[in-house]
Amino acid sequence: MPVLKNREDLAHLRTSAKAKLKEKTISGATIFIGMGTCGIAAGASDVAEAVRTELAARNLDTEIVSVGCIGTCANEPLVDIQLPGKPRVTYAKVTPKMVPCIIDEHLVKEQIIKKWAFAQLTNGTGSAEDGLTTYDEHPFYRKQVRIALRNCGMIDPESIDEYIAVDGYRALAKIVNEMDNEDVIDEMKDSGLRGRGGAGFLTGVKWEFCMRARGYPKYVICNADEGDPGAFMDRSILEGDPHAVIEGMAIAAYAIGAPEGYIYCRAEYPLAIERLKKAIAQAHEYGLLGENILGSDFSFELKVKEGAGAFVCGEETALIASIEGKRGEPRPRPPYPAVSGLWGKPSNVNNVKSYAITPQIMLKGADWFSSIGTPRSTGTAVFALTGNIENTGLIEVPMGITLREIIYDVGGGIPKKKQFKAVQTGGPLGGCLPVDALDTPVDFDSLTEAGATMGSGGMIVVDQDTCMVEFARYFLTFASAESCGKCVPCRIGGQRLLEVLTRITNGEGTLEDLDEIEYISEYMSEGSLCALGQLTPGPVIASLRFFREEYEAHIKENFCSAGVCAGMFTYEIEAELCPGCGLCVKACTSDAITGEKKQPHVIDQSMCIQCGACYQVCKLGAILIKRKHEIVPLETA
Amino acid sequence: MILENKEYPPAVVNPRRRSRLLAALYIAQEQYGWLGPDAIQRVADRLGLTPGQVKSTASFYTMFKLEPLGKYRIQVCEGLSCYLVGGAEPIIDHVAKRLNIKPGETTPDGKFTLEIVQCLAACGTAPALRVNDELCENMTPENIDELIEQLRQE
Ligand SMILES: Cc1cc2nc3c(=O)[nH]c(=O)nc-3n(C[C@H](O)[C@H](O)[C@H](O)COP(=O)(O)O)c2cc1C
Ligand code: FES
Repeated sequence: MPVLKNREDLAHLRTSAKAKLKEKTISGATIFIGMGTCGIAAGASDVAEAVRTELAARNLDTEIVSVGCIGTCANEPLVDIQLPGKPRVTYAKVTPKMVPCIIDEHLVKEQIIKKWAFAQLTNGTGSAEDGLTTYDEHPFYRKQVRIALRNCGMIDPESIDEYIAVDGYRALAKIVNEMDNEDVIDEMKDSGLRGRGGAGFLTGVKWEFCMRARGYPKYVICNADEGDPGAFMDRSILEGDPHAVIEGMAIAAYAIGAPEGYIYCRAEYPLAIERLKKAIAQAHEYGLLGENILGSDFSFELKVKEGAGAFVCGEETALIASIEGKRGEPRPRPPYPAVSGLWGKPSNVNNVKSYAITPQIMLKGADWFSSIGTPRSTGTAVFALTGNIENTGLIEVPMGITLREIIYDVGGGIPKKKQFKAVQTGGPLGGCLPVDALDTPVDFDSLTEAGATMGSGGMIVVDQDTCMVEFARYFLTFASAESCGKCVPCRIGGQRLLEVLTRITNGEGTLEDLDEIEYISEYMSEGSLCALGQLTPGPVIASLRFFREEYEAHIKENFCSAGVCAGMFTYEIEAELCPGCGLCVKACTSDAITGEKKQPHVIDQSMCIQCGACYQVCKLGAILIKRKHEIVPLETA
Repeated sequence: MILENKEYPPAVVNPRRRSRLLAALYIAQEQYGWLGPDAIQRVADRLGLTPGQVKSTASFYTMFKLEPLGKYRIQVCEGLSCYLVGGAEPIIDHVAKRLNIKPGETTPDGKFTLEIVQCLAACGTAPALRVNDELCENMTPENIDELIEQLRQE
């Protein structure tokens, strides 16, 4: 590969790469297979193998391209077929068995199999096919605005040429030629971008601190230690568009005056690490990293550092200690990393998404970016939607959209006709919000005001079958196990809080325990060294605030209304709703259900072990969760 | 800058050398199977650190194993999807009861190690666990008993 010596070289390469990409995505025949971690987990490797076998058997040499995650993880494996001049059609939930049929019908006979098709991509020039939704109209994508995720699932993440074809590294070329470092920082400040790692600090202001700090060399660091349960936004970006992160970091390095950067990625993301390393090597070959980038006097080197399984390393001072090869323990701030970071030098730490958005801001301008979203939370928010929701996956929506729109329009609502109960944002350090809060706009300030936090983008939806005490206990178990143990409030406080919650879910709680929760939480928030300890009580406090009656039912009535906490409820069959279909009898593992066919059945409470199998299979909702000794209301007695 | 001198023993001229510690520990663990005294000493020599410094750092991170592992490493997923379908804790408790060890421990015969891990990317077929490199999905107390019995006999 030739080294790109200046902006014109890059422009030339872009023209030829664009033509090649067009050949592939518009004028040629290509098969795209989603090979992110979610795709692979759903069986994409087997599907890819089946595609290869089928092509070989038919002597076809159609190009196969692996792409990253396009966001609709619930529908993986995804296979797209592109025919010359035709729209690119996505097939969802593809199995190896479906492959011969798809290739025969679509690729050879050019007949789209509409019943399997998920959506079509018209790609600007390709014509649209009747009777197929386009991605823009698809309910999952309609309300989305994709900036950080714009290339995910669209281009081959292992090809720098494809990234360049979609205007990649153009922002970097622009700034090294046209802007000095203060211009870049001003643009960043004007855009209003707030860091996407959780705290929401203004990125431009952070860069400025670091730029003005004394000390050399300076460092730019990318925080890719994403460790929240249920969160995979950063992973998808690293796997699907690694060059965007690299370009963003190079821009930050130029603004700050840093010759060197590190990407700290958690070890559980081997595919992301591999793709990052590949992307860095490619950028080097083109001279987009290294000495005198694009003929300017700006030089920048980038390395990947792998974590070793410690959630607290996501905290910036702990992360820096870990890069230095030490125990990943946080230290008190100030001094902030911008003043004294890696090896005591000024260092700028940002999240993966913050960097991935940066090139777009430089290219399209601060005004464009700040026109999206709300005045105080500009741009878009990326969320990993998980839990009891129809369309699990990765989404990017404009800030200010309501929770209801995300959950019901984009997310498709709650599966199996169940009721929405709560949504947790901010992961194990965030909080949950109840049904009354569904119209809260999603932005940094509104979410905090409502009692949750923006966090770095996990959004977990739970239905009526989730016990909120147990749900809070899950996050608490996670967070307290991750305490590094350096400070007492976090280490002891977390353990004590966990003991109290465990007492309640075991049916041994007292009303004083609720005061105890508040007391310990306050002590932890005020006394802990880093945000891990300060925020650990968050989920408990939020659930106690919004679901206090559930805590009280556990304590006063020994009743878990969600039917989760062992020994605190019974299952009963509502005779009026039971048609006697017998499904529950088959499902029961302890022969506790009896009844004549077509007659209401009954559960023998002395034999029932509360495994919930009957509750899960009953389609009519005839099995109810009751207090252990249901007090019969007077009117009916 | 003053900090640097205080924190690094005189043997380390360049603190950057220490930043290779985590990577070195991964390599050593792969070669030795676990990080015993030999492995620790070797890493320490290579990077100009004391064995104490190496061990103290390694013990902070869950990925580094300072005890030998059992022949079968049973890793139970404690991720969110597994939790939401009622997995995680009951599954961990069940395995622990069957093997008579606590999470993080190895059976006295050196056959089994029980570990708790985060999402195994098998959320669609949760609850999940992994035995060495093999994924086992849709786990129930019954099929755990079968699995353990099978492994015991091998
Ligand atoms: C316990 C803990 C874990 C964190 N984990 C992450 C993480 O995984 N990714 C991340 O970007 N920030 C994480 N943060 C926030 C970082 O400390 C830091 O604020 C962030 O990386 C700054 O980037 P931003 O300005 O782009 O948001 C974590 C903070 C704490 C206290
Ligand atoms: S949560 Fe267990 S496999 Fe994902």
